[in-house]
Amino acid sequence: MLEFAFQEPMFALEVIIGGLLSGIMYSLVALGFVLIFKASGIFNFAQGALVLFAALTFVKMLEFGVNFWLAIVITLAIMMVLALSIERVVLRPLVNQPLIILFMATIGLNFLIEGLAQGIWGAEVHSLDLGIPEEPLEGLMDAVGISITYFELASAGIAAAMVFGLSIFFNKTRVGRALRAVADDHQAAMSVGIPLQHIWALTWAAAGIVALVAGMLWGAKIGVQFSLALLALKALPVLILGGFDSVAGAIVGGLIIGALEKFSEVFIGPYVGGAIENWFPYVFATVFLLFRPQGLFGQKIIERV
Amino acid sequence: MIYREAGQFKTSYEADEAIFPVRQDRVFVIGLLVVAFFVIPVIGNDYWLRSVLTPFLIFSLAALGLNILTGYAGQISLGTAGFMAVGAFAAYKLSTGIPELNIIIVFILSGIIAALVGIAFGLPSLRIKGFYLAVTTLAAHFFIEWTLTHFGWFTNYSTSGVISAPEMVLFGYTIESAESRYLLALSIVVVMTLLAKNLIRSELGRAWMAIRDMDVAAEVIGIPMLKTKLLAFAISSFYCGVAGALWAFIYIGTVEPQAFDINRAFEVLFMVIIGGLGSIYGSFMGAAFIVLLPILITNIAFAFGANLPAEVLTNAQLIIFGSLIIFFLIVEPYGLARLWQVAKEKLRLWPFPH
Amino acid sequence: MSVPDRNIGGELLKVDNISLSFGAVRAIIDVSFDIREREIRAIIGPNGAGKTSMLNVINGVYHPQEGSITFNGQERAQMKPHEAAEQGIARTFQNVALFRGMTTLDNIMTGRNLKMKSNFLSQALYWGPSRREEMENREFVENIIDFLEIQAIRKTPVGRLPYGLQKRVELGRALAAEPHLLLLDEPMAGMNLEEKEDMCRFILDVNEEFGTTIALIEHDMGVVMDLSDRVVVLDYGRKIADGTPDEVRADQAVIDAYLGVSH
Repeated sequence: MLEFAFQEPMFALEVIIGGLLSGIMYSLVALGFVLIFKASGIFNFAQGALVLFAALTFVKMLEFGVNFWLAIVITLAIMMVLALSIERVVLRPLVNQPLIILFMATIGLNFLIEGLAQGIWGAEVHSLDLGIPEEPLEGLMDAVGISITYFELASAGIAAAMVFGLSIFFNKTRVGRALRAVADDHQAAMSVGIPLQHIWALTWAAAGIVALVAGMLWGAKIGVQFSLALLALKALPVLILGGFDSVAGAIVGGLIIGALEKFSEVFIGPYVGGAIENWFPYVFATVFLLFRPQGLFGQKIIERV
Repeated sequence: MIYREAGQFKTSYEADEAIFPVRQDRVFVIGLLVVAFFVIPVIGNDYWLRSVLTPFLIFSLAALGLNILTGYAGQISLGTAGFMAVGAFAAYKLSTGIPELNIIIVFILSGIIAALVGIAFGLPSLRIKGFYLAVTTLAAHFFIEWTLTHFGWFTNYSTSGVISAPEMVLFGYTIESAESRYLLALSIVVVMTLLAKNLIRSELGRAWMAIRDMDVAAEVIGIPMLKTKLLAFAISSFYCGVAGALWAFIYIGTVEPQAFDINRAFEVLFMVIIGGLGSIYGSFMGAAFIVLLPILITNIAFAFGANLPAEVLTNAQLIIFGSLIIFFLIVEPYGLARLWQVAKEKLRLWPFPH
Repeated sequence: MSVPDRNIGGELLKVDNISLSFGAVRAIIDVSFDIREREIRAIIGPNGAGKTSMLNVINGVYHPQEGSITFNGQERAQMKPHEAAEQGIARTFQNVALFRGMTTLDNIMTGRNLKMKSNFLSQALYWGPSRREEMENREFVENIIDFLEIQAIRKTPVGRLPYGLQKRVELGRALAAEPHLLLLDEPMAGMNLEEKEDMCRFILDVNEEFGTTIALIEHDMGVVMDLSDRVVVLDYGRKIADGTPDEVRADQAVIDAYLGVSH
């Protein structure tokens, strides 16, 4: 099977590049998870629902005739309100509970937000045009015969900008450092006067912003519809591969998973009956974890007794 | 009868380790079983037996299976639906391959096959922990789903996509009527619940809980990690596998991978959360809750005269499910079973408040 | 109060030139000492001296990079936790490591796990040998419960117990294994005077009645001096003194370490 890849190196390269670019799109979804995990240790299962909610809200604003930029502002405002309500209604009462309970609460939240999103905005499929052409860059096509679209390039650029922004935020700002302190130990952070509630609300709002960006790009690609919520399932192998608490991990993990997924689909899939992209990333990530249980960039936990 | 244990003195450790040490509990459970076996089949109509009670029993079994793994042994799993699918398809292959095999044996063997698959996918749990493990159990789910849909051998190369479960014959009787299906499910569930209860109160059950509560300490006192964790995966998958076989054979009568999609895994997980992690009662209460809730929502909507479109109902269900889970976690993270226990403790002291 | 007729035997455990580090942090540096049969051996030292790490090395939670551990005449480079348990080494932890969701009785019963041999199928049936085994071990555990005077909390989930009682239950769990060597990590930390006296009594009783060898870490010097036959002192991961309580108390290096003389 692999001989084929060697016989057609240009084709193989194109497949891998296509994979890397779609991998960046997975990274965008994964970033939302990482953000919340880093700041609170919570594995937020509702990130996919947040993506759906943001994209639906945004596309509805456009359909109401709201100007593009204003629609972004309004959607961001709504995501903020959602984040504040989540903090107030769900997280605050659960503050001293074990993380597994918080994880389960986010599963509940996932269904609640999915229901709300579709209940308020309807369940139809909307198309979304961000004004970025889906055409290949001609120069590149002519020069080396590899097809990359403007849209793919723009997504990669936006993702890179977000990673850069988030890294600065976590490492260089006061709030970012407070976030990391909170993730390390909720009670200790509270006892030195870090306002847990504000921090959590802020993180969820940031995750909402990331969700909006992911929702816009994915929505433009596959249409704004329920399957956006299922993107979370695509992001999970990325997360465990990269490590739950690493921004860099989300990106590198996304690239690896994206490339592998496409590569295996084209070069391995046909030999085993196809449609392996649903499980291949999971199995790959699982096998990887056997050798490195904390993922590529995750923090190793030394157990103290 | 007032709920009191005063005057019931235990004179041996055996009496103290009985399943229901308090006499009133014993009476209650025996009463419940009598009603379930002899009264309900007589008074229950076809709809209730076939579409409510039978799926409730089967869900309870799956929830019990997941509770063993997640609630008792502390390993979060989203692979439940996958293991149920293995059980269903194993039962299908066994009963079509060897038609003379007794149906009970078919169910047991299907459970064992599911257990073996469970062991294979449980192996990573020795290295991988917590949320990482939860994600890797999805590998099991998606891999199983893909395998069953992509290889014709599993469906006996059926082209229609819908495979009828073969007829079930037990001791010369054909299990066809709603009553007989209900009674078969009930018998299996009662026996398997008893076995689970025995395991939980024995050495293995304690070893599971020890690993759940603090795995380093468990290892230090000599509890074998490999064996204990893999047994949790195996026995949990056995229960889920049998539940899957019952689902296909007794409940819907067809064998289809779509019946075991990822939402089914979440459904069972909710039962365990709402019912109570680490509680056998809880598995049943959670299953009852999740089975009855959609019926209740539909009926309430109907009572208000609204013939709501299916789409609205689905969204309403999502919202209500989601809210209830959050509500339960906030009010009582340990589920309905804990509420029941608190109620009993209060009842024991009643009418004195403290 | 090391009495001559304490009937102390030969060497039970010996650690030789143990070094342990986590990345760049050196927790234990070239430490050697031994523990004799039936003695009570204290390990003391300021915070961060490597005492808990030492216990973790002895029962296999941590694996040292250098050195060897000899237990019962068998020498190995490192222990594994289950090996240690099978050899008869039991342990309590600094920050109580009980199984919080389980009752006192069940917690102590888990300590018997190595004595219980019936397989899971017979446990599921709760029949014959499995049931008998359960009852025999229950009886053993009830004796421990009586010994530690915790009958009243037998069926209470340990998460609901006050700290002092949790420490006692944890001792019970360790005793249930009928250990040859018992490692106690600050068994009296956070206790009031009365609780401390009870705990001292339990430790001495265990040592005298069952002949159990005990190694303990303790900060309360009064307790250490009263209980132990010999004391080893660690500071910044190194051994700075080893001997009877009186010898150690008079040692200049020990005094310096405790008073914080600069190195």
